[in-house]
Amino acid sequence: MTHLIEARDIHLAFGETPALRGASLAADAGEVLAVMGPSGSGKSTLLHCLAGILTPDAGEVRFDGERIDTLGEAQRSALRRDRFGFVFQFGQLVPELTAEENVALPLLLNGTRRTAALAEARPWFARLGLDGLERRRSGELSGGQAQRVALARGLVARPRVLFADEPTGALDSLTGEQVMELMVGAAREQGTTVVLVTHEPRVAAYADRESVVRDGRATSLSAEGVAP
Amino acid sequence: MSVPLTLLGLLEREPSHGYDLKRDYDAFFGRGKPLPYGQVYATLGRLARDGKVVAGEAEPGDGPERKRYVITEAGVTEFETWLTEPVAPEPTLQTVLFTKVVLALMLGRDAGQYLDTQRAAHMRRMRELTELRRTGALVDALLADHGLFHLEADLRWIDLTAARLDALAEAVRP
Ligand SMILES: Nc1ncnc2c1ncn2[C@@H]1O[C@H](COP(=O)(O)OP(=O)(O)OP(=O)(O)O)[C@@H](O)[C@H]1O
Ligand SMILES: [Mg+2]
Repeated sequence: MTHLIEARDIHLAFGETPALRGASLAADAGEVLAVMGPSGSGKSTLLHCLAGILTPDAGEVRFDGERIDTLGEAQRSALRRDRFGFVFQFGQLVPELTAEENVALPLLLNGTRRTAALAEARPWFARLGLDGLERRRSGELSGGQAQRVALARGLVARPRVLFADEPTGALDSLTGEQVMELMVGAAREQGTTVVLVTHEPRVAAYADRESVVRDGRATSLSAEGVAP
Repeated sequence: MSVPLTLLGLLEREPSHGYDLKRDYDAFFGRGKPLPYGQVYATLGRLARDGKVVAGEAEPGDGPERKRYVITEAGVTEFETWLTEPVAPEPTLQTVLFTKVVLALMLGRDAGQYLDTQRAAHMRRMRELTELRRTGALVDALLADHGLFHLEADLRWIDLTAARLDALAEAVRP
């Protein structure tokens, strides 16, 4: 079976700094995959390569069986807009827009009309426990509320893959677990694959499986014993 | 604590007298609780009876016991199986994790791979507990949380140890 999204033996250096050195990682349709590993090991860089934000120096990235690392910037940007959703740790809401406009943004950007986009955005507020906050701006939301708005924005266009980089990193553990619960619940409901970067084991435990990045390489180990 | 398996591990390193085994056990694994001589010899006696070690001839000299013990094939197999199996991920098993890592380093085994396997076993258990916590009654959820926090503490230790393996290997090798 081909994986929905896959990186094969990718290498990437920032100038003299090698960030990825032969990393391979794959997620299947509907799977929730946690990417763990020490700080600076290359987790975010790997996520950015999978999502077509960065292109690796060597190796392949495939989405739905097709190479995406060889696409031009315009095509990759269209892919990100139409097929992928994103949730990051900080500073992701557009401060000038209301919460509901923020959620509707991916739809507006792919050409949906404003009334239709807002109509699709609104049910997310009840679903994520954000009733009544539709018209607030990001400065008027708590960190946990803002993160749920960001989550709704990441999922509203029903992406095939949601990329989440430390989505609970700025939240206390209870709020973080609520966000995880909602994220994994909503992703499973709509069949969205999730690639979740986190260094917190309790967050990673929401995933189906984890992969560990060390020194720019990823390994997925089963818990079976290994041969001596 | 797994005294018999730890002694087997020390014997896998080199044939030793009971005295040497006790000294190394106390230095690395005793942590303020030395192993009584009686227990060392009783354990070696059981291991010999089960064919895991053989005792050499008594050597001349003073003191009660002057036999050198040698590990057998069966002993090596038992030890290796134990060493490479992840410990059941339950709270408060740090001492066994610690013992396995130190023995692996002493014997020049791949302690990093052992830690990775253990990490995967812990993560699998954490996924089960997370599921229980999501779907169970409040009491189950509280119990699951207790397990999750403890396993998380183990995992932090596993990650820290993995990052320090080279320095640790220096420290435990003669
Ligand atoms: N834009 C950049 N320019 C230069 N070096 C970079 C850049 N981004 C990342 N790096 C370097 O690449 C390596 C991998 O960084 P990356 O951000 O992927 O790590 P990470 O695993 O996500 O770490 P963290 O857990 O701290 O977020 C690091 O050595 C980092 O300093
Ligand atoms: Mg990062």
